[in-house]
Amino acid sequence: MTTVEARSLPMTRTTPFDPPAELAQLPPISRLLYPDGHVGWLVTGHALAKEVLADKRFSSRFELRRFPISRGGEPFKPQGAQPGFFIGMDAPEHTRLRKLLTGQFTVRRMRQLEPRIEEITQARIEAMRAHGSPVDLVQEFALPIPSLVICELLGVDYADRDEFQTQTARLLDLELKQSETLAARDAVNEFMLDLVAQKRRKPADDIMSGLVQHDDLTDDELAGMGFLLLVAGHETTANMLGLGTMALLHDRTQWDALRADPSLVENAVEELLRYLTIVHFGTVRTAIADVPLGDVVVRAGDAVSISLPAANRDPSRFEEPDKLDLHRPTQGHLTFGHGIHQCLGQQLARIEMRIGYCALIDAFPNLRLAVEESAIPMRTRMAIYGVHRLPVEW
Amino acid sequence: MKAEANREVCIGAGMCVLTAPTCYDQDDDGTVVVLRAEVAPGDEQAVRDAADSCPSGAITFVE
Ligand code: HEM
Ligand code: SF4
Repeated sequence: MTTVEARSLPMTRTTPFDPPAELAQLPPISRLLYPDGHVGWLVTGHALAKEVLADKRFSSRFELRRFPISRGGEPFKPQGAQPGFFIGMDAPEHTRLRKLLTGQFTVRRMRQLEPRIEEITQARIEAMRAHGSPVDLVQEFALPIPSLVICELLGVDYADRDEFQTQTARLLDLELKQSETLAARDAVNEFMLDLVAQKRRKPADDIMSGLVQHDDLTDDELAGMGFLLLVAGHETTANMLGLGTMALLHDRTQWDALRADPSLVENAVEELLRYLTIVHFGTVRTAIADVPLGDVVVRAGDAVSISLPAANRDPSRFEEPDKLDLHRPTQGHLTFGHGIHQCLGQQLARIEMRIGYCALIDAFPNLRLAVEESAIPMRTRMAIYGVHRLPVEW
Repeated sequence: MKAEANREVCIGAGMCVLTAPTCYDQDDDGTVVVLRAEVAPGDEQAVRDAADSCPSGAITFVE
């Protein structure tokens, strides 16, 4: 067998919306050098990505996980998932916890939330008007909407958001060393344990109060589940609202198309999810058996990074993948992952985006960037891609 | 065509309800239920798409 040189993960973007160009040059599966010196794999092909994510022999367990990029200049040391953090567990532990939540996130439950999300969104539109043009869309619109929604769902007092928002932002910051992110993790955990105690004393009509009724869940598990929902539930949608608006404004014909035909919005949301794929490198699995994949055999112990942005731009699955086209068929995009860990909050995220984009277009049909596009600070060194700020005017 | 679903492996992601709402729904726990096993000819493609996008492989059909 010929040895192929393993390379580290391409990270350099040349445009705000496209993944690093080298990814498109790679075969569907290739060798990847991890920061700790491990030589594992990188999957960029759509079909293989789906295969890996659906296969139990690729473990999600955090204690096995290698990260494809360094944190704060140091290789990431595998660290077990805290109790309740089921995104870092395999079945059956994962499924036991996830099943307690699926009933809260069904298509129907989320549709019942629509009027409330509509209200929250309109209040943010009013806040933008009250602030006046220009305004940072991230601070006044993109971040508050999903934060308010997830706080209400969980039963977190939104007034306490400063306590966890700075910490969760630190968790996603790849410039920070692991020891620093662990401190942030502990702080959010403390916050969540307090919340659990409070819900035990005084239950209300919210997800955390519902969860504390389950006798077989420990306080640590409850806090971990709440933590996961809180982190997963706001930065993701927030970045889709921010970056998605920027993408629509970049190609104004798209903004105008949506403005002319609001019924396009459902497909527009799916296409923006595909095109922007904001979870840009965190999806990693570890083989727990030898598995043939494409023309290679992945060995037990190998780390496999699945590049969701590359898979979503695979030309064998999507025609002209680098084009943002709100009318295209988008079925099969992997932005929410695939397999048993596929995003639990996806129906909520869809509704927040649908209502969010429509409300913006409706209220500010002439919205435009208030600075040059090249001056927008991009979140290239954050676990979730997007914009740090988006100054807009009308 | 006959629509089928395996409730044991379903992880409640809801893709089937979005893709083929005439055939699939979720119960109060989020688990898939088959609404109508006999698929109307116009809904066959939707059921194929639902099977393709179901993340857990719970959605199947017999042609
Ligand atoms: C546009 C917004 C969002 C995107 C792009 C997104 C993306 C993802 C992805 C890719 C995964 C799979 C990770 C893996 O396989 O390792 C995931 C899992 C998850 N997401 Fe989301 N997400 C979004 C919004 C949300 C929201 C609003 C919630 C709120 C409740 C949420 C909660 C979760 C949870 C709990 C998991 C873990 C599921 C499991 O392990 O079974 N997400 N998300
Ligand atoms: S798409 Fe699959 S996993 Fe999701 S609810 Fe339907 S059957 Fe269950």
